[in-house]
Amino acid sequence: MLQFQPWKITVVALVCALGVLYAAPNVIERDLTQDLPSSWLPGKKINLGLDLQGGSHLLLEVDVDVVIAERLESIVDQARRNLREERIGYRGLGVSGDTVRFTVREAEELDKARDIVRRIDPQTETQTDVGNVVRISLTEVAIRDLKTRAISQSIEIVRRRIDETGVREPTIQRQGDDRILLQLPGVDDPERIKALLGQTAKLTFRMVDTTASVQDALQGRVPPGSQLLEAADERSGAPRHYVVKRRVMVSGENLVDAQPSFQDGQPVVSFRFDSVGGRRFGQATSENVGRPFAIVLDGKVISAPVIQTAILGGAGIISGSFTVQEVQDLSLLLRAGALPAPLQVLEERTIGPGLGADSVAAGKVASMIGLLLVIGYMVVAYGFFGLLANAALFFNIALIVAVLSTLQATLTLPGIAGIVLTIGMAVDANVLIFERIREEVRNGRTPMAAVEAGYQRAFRTIVDSNLTTLFAVAFLYFVGSGPVKGFAVTLGIGIISSMFTAIMVTRLLVVLWLRRSRPSELPI
Amino acid sequence: MFKPLRIVPHGTNFPFVANRTKAFVFSIALVLASFGLILVNGLNFGIDFRGGILMEIKTEGPADIPALRSQLGALDLGEVAIQEFGGENEVLIRIQRQDGTEEEQLLAVEAVKSSLGDKVDYRRTEFVGPTVGAELIEAGMLAMLGALGAILVYIWFRFEWQFGVCALIALAHDIISTFGLFALNGHEFNLPTVAAILTIAGYSINDTVVVFDRVRENFRKYKKMSLAELFNLSINETLSRTTMTSFTTLLALLAIYFFGGAVLADFALAMIWGIVIGTYSSIFVAVPLLLYLQPRRGDEEDEDLGAPGTVPQGADGPKD
Repeated sequence: MLQFQPWKITVVALVCALGVLYAAPNVIERDLTQDLPSSWLPGKKINLGLDLQGGSHLLLEVDVDVVIAERLESIVDQARRNLREERIGYRGLGVSGDTVRFTVREAEELDKARDIVRRIDPQTETQTDVGNVVRISLTEVAIRDLKTRAISQSIEIVRRRIDETGVREPTIQRQGDDRILLQLPGVDDPERIKALLGQTAKLTFRMVDTTASVQDALQGRVPPGSQLLEAADERSGAPRHYVVKRRVMVSGENLVDAQPSFQDGQPVVSFRFDSVGGRRFGQATSENVGRPFAIVLDGKVISAPVIQTAILGGAGIISGSFTVQEVQDLSLLLRAGALPAPLQVLEERTIGPGLGADSVAAGKVASMIGLLLVIGYMVVAYGFFGLLANAALFFNIALIVAVLSTLQATLTLPGIAGIVLTIGMAVDANVLIFERIREEVRNGRTPMAAVEAGYQRAFRTIVDSNLTTLFAVAFLYFVGSGPVKGFAVTLGIGIISSMFTAIMVTRLLVVLWLRRSRPSELPI
Repeated sequence: MFKPLRIVPHGTNFPFVANRTKAFVFSIALVLASFGLILVNGLNFGIDFRGGILMEIKTEGPADIPALRSQLGALDLGEVAIQEFGGENEVLIRIQRQDGTEEEQLLAVEAVKSSLGDKVDYRRTEFVGPTVGAELIEAGMLAMLGALGAILVYIWFRFEWQFGVCALIALAHDIISTFGLFALNGHEFNLPTVAAILTIAGYSINDTVVVFDRVRENFRKYKKMSLAELFNLSINETLSRTTMTSFTTLLALLAIYFFGGAVLADFALAMIWGIVIGTYSSIFVAVPLLLYLQPRRGDEEDEDLGAPGTVPQGADGPKD
């Protein structure tokens, strides 16, 4: 094990040099790196985790059941219309659990009714039951598709909303079946973001059902095709409820722009429709001059103005009792688009910038002290060989930092502990080797032979013991989350690089020294 | 160059194996006491597992903890624990999980924030809902059992099954007593604690493997030596390395414990305990236990380690 071919020496030296080079940007002051011709110098620094740089970690759940319920509701609406057109008598039409069901009045019309509703949605299965009951349910494929689409749409909308708020470098990831993980560096008060994500922002323009009375509707007598909605405006004097047609004239999907503005000194949202939306809105308003329509946001009526004239320009305003902030947020939400389903915050971890900076500072102090103690102790224990081990330790740390910077792995607070722990454990491989060499010297071997045997015999033990630790670390990585994962990453990198530095770097140093000075006795 | 220091002088021959009964009594007592403490005191599960709210705030002057306690107690949020954390103007507030869904937890956070106002610096706000908490418990348990299983299989594969069993018993001893420590001092048991325990597991097994390796080597070297004698020799031969490594690791961990900040202190404490108990168990539990399982000697992979004074050939080291 004492032969080192020149190419091997070159490789080891190269790895060490690259390690130092790639680790360097983390140590060199920022302004200095900017002065350097940075084209040849790697500029990546370690990516600090949210717990170190401050920021907000939010785990959101998409309520996909809502999407399925909506789809079923739309089947109900369509079925009602189609059955009426065909003049088939039915009762009890509605959603129960995950199926739409109704009862056909006349037994002989059962098959006809079934065929009519079967055509509504190709992704459904329709069955008839005893008692003239028709049941429509979504296929499993349809449900899976709905869920997948709901998640990917939600991620897209969340991304647009976050981008609108100006948060820099957010991470938005899908996690598991129905979760979204949001990492927002630098956000130390996520209340506004939570509020923005807390609304689905589904905007619809619908006619107010002027034939129905609110009083009747409150007692449960809502005409079919209409629904009772609350008013968003809670001031006294304003109506609390409206009966609104279910049929949507135009929805928020047809908006191309929304901006905060003022009208008569009141904050309002001005918006523009796309061409389809503009046409539909123009047509609907020209047919209904003199009647009120409702602007509905997330199931609440923002306002219900009376149509004075046909609105043909494809633009309009939404007025209500808004504050300036609310108008800004609403415009943002309308621009970004509606979420397909509500989001629920399952987990929140917010670290202020002060704590992050304190943690980094404390981590630095702890690493330096740990390092100095270990370095000092190695010299006391092994003398000259201890110095060689310390040189290897230096390269080891450089390699860890370099790998972390290059992979852009995230360094978390437990990750710092992982590095410090590695400093302590990294010397283990060298300790194993040095102890072995001491034994071999005692057994009467010459320095060369003792070093050779020491490395050879310790090698297997080093591999065995480090591999077992790597197993534990691998489990931490795959099962752990967030900071724990960061700990596993640094510890894992540390174990591998400490094996490399102990087996290759110290050995090289020892061999070079042996070749030069040909000692008759080992100072170990 | 000055003369290198040796913590364990050459030729040390402490009768570890002969004293195994004392060690076993101590270990069994330790494990039983740990179980007792876990049953009586329980573990102080943090919000990672139990769900709930954790806030760390920094006040302008020294914090008036009794006043904070009554102020937040008045919010009717159930159990509210308040403690100094790191410095006298740094306070850790823990609030039990609110009944109901995630929504209620968020409302509780807002209630606390509006009660404390803008005068304090919110250094950390964490809330874990009931859904995630249950999943984190599952993931934590899975990580521990999976890692233990993988380690067992690996040792089984590399050594004889007797070694695997003894290593696992020693490991369980270390982990149970770490749980016991947390039940005793009532410190928070959270995700980083699980990470610490898994690291302890890795470290302790590392230690054990080094001694086992030497036992295996000596099996071939000293065919006639009695098992007890051979085990004792193996432990003593590796004692210098065992103590050296434990000591350097402890140095690093002590640095984290004293200088790494309050958040890492518990993490470091768990590992300090783990290193101490892991080193102890490798020497006093894992190897002496092997005596009772009577591993076969001499039928491992054929490997000629050679007589002292010659360079061994054919060992599976890297070839240059």
